[in-house]
Amino acid sequence: MSMDRQPLSVSELNNHIKGLLERDSRLAEVCVRGELSNYKIYPSGHHYFTLKDSESSLKCVMFKSSAVKLRFRPDSGMSVTAFGRVSVYPRDGAYQLYCSALMPEGAGDLQLAFEQLKEKLAGEGLFDRSHKKPLPAFPEKIAVITSPAGAAVHDMIRILGRRWPMTRVLLLPVRVQGTEAPAEIAGAIRYANEFELADLIITGRGGGSIEDLWAFNDERVARAIYASRIPVISAVGHEPDVTIADYVADARASTPSNAAEIAVPDCGKIREALESLGIRSCQAMTGKLSALSDRLAALAGKRVLTDPLAHIENRRMELDRVRDGLAAAGERVLAAKKQDFIRLASMLDAMSPLRVLSRGYAIASAENGKPVKSAKALSEGERLNISFTDGRAGCRVEKIEINS
Amino acid sequence: MAAKKPEFEQSLARLEEIVRHLEKGDLPLSESLCLFEEGTGLLASCGKMLDEAEQKVVKLRKGPDRAPIESDFEGEE
Repeated sequence: MSMDRQPLSVSELNNHIKGLLERDSRLAEVCVRGELSNYKIYPSGHHYFTLKDSESSLKCVMFKSSAVKLRFRPDSGMSVTAFGRVSVYPRDGAYQLYCSALMPEGAGDLQLAFEQLKEKLAGEGLFDRSHKKPLPAFPEKIAVITSPAGAAVHDMIRILGRRWPMTRVLLLPVRVQGTEAPAEIAGAIRYANEFELADLIITGRGGGSIEDLWAFNDERVARAIYASRIPVISAVGHEPDVTIADYVADARASTPSNAAEIAVPDCGKIREALESLGIRSCQAMTGKLSALSDRLAALAGKRVLTDPLAHIENRRMELDRVRDGLAAAGERVLAAKKQDFIRLASMLDAMSPLRVLSRGYAIASAENGKPVKSAKALSEGERLNISFTDGRAGCRVEKIEINS
Repeated sequence: MAAKKPEFEQSLARLEEIVRHLEKGDLPLSESLCLFEEGTGLLASCGKMLDEAEQKVVKLRKGPDRAPIESDFEGEE
């Protein structure tokens, strides 16, 4: 080792080894047989144990998510087959088996094959949630891939018809058990896709032994379901049978009847929904109309609309009042003028020359009618008119004397 | 795989949309009435579809040219 190499941290080294192990495809899916020892279940729900044979031992962990699926109770001393992947736990610098399934020794070959295939397909991502397609809400056509004989197909057709009779049911008859079954089921799934026969596929069969259900644990069926562009519901047997098809399918039904319930809506519920939409639209419309009619009523309450002439009558009354006022004012002005006239007339009368004449005075006026106010304005021989209160006299000026 | 949604589903979706519009209540009366009328029509047609629906079940087999051939399915034992 050269001295100039940068030392690694322990974490870096452990992570490097972890990376090496995880790149090895053989270690990604292992199946190992041995005896359980030091089996411990932690409060977290994880199971820790060691697998050993006469010469060697392997640390193992089974996380809670896998442990809850165990169908037996493992204990130290039992011979088992374990499935899982090998990796490094960097904290301890120890490699271990991350166990996803355990089977007691003596379980059949089928069970072993099942666990191995499940492990393999899970590793390839065939069960990934992200790949699952949503089911149509109202499927128009459903391809039912199952045996034309037996209770399962009749259960499905009956329940589909009762819940949602609008869906057309296309039966693709296949054998569901025996050596030909897997190829027929996988073929029918591919055929339905090729001719775009339906918008939903249900495939399955009634319950039975593990051997009876075996076609649905076949890799060809699993791959056909995975490749289907049409969503697939698997419907195999009765709970708690779980097949590989159940893991791959877009939805898993516990029984064929349950598949029919998952596949289509219940027309009773849809009728209720329609009814409620009808009620809501009526209520909305009634609300709208009553709001508008309230507004209309509020407007109609105004007097301009209830009694349009009232407005005019009011104006006319005002006009009458103004006219009366005007007339009264006119009369007052007239009366005042009359008083003035009388007063002026009497003043005029008091100043009248006729009144002066009546007291014995006379007025002299020239021939042109102008009053003669001064003796100096006269000349001898000129003619004058003298006015008295009761008449006139024509005179001639004889002599003029000016007062000094 | 159908490109368009089934008629019933479309009608139901439209109906839901109409009810939402009506419940918002901000449309002019004439438009509200038009929508209401459309909704009433859709309700009737959806109800009719449900009432008149009759389940159809056919059995398919592969024809000589591989294309599917339909036949009645009465059930077999």
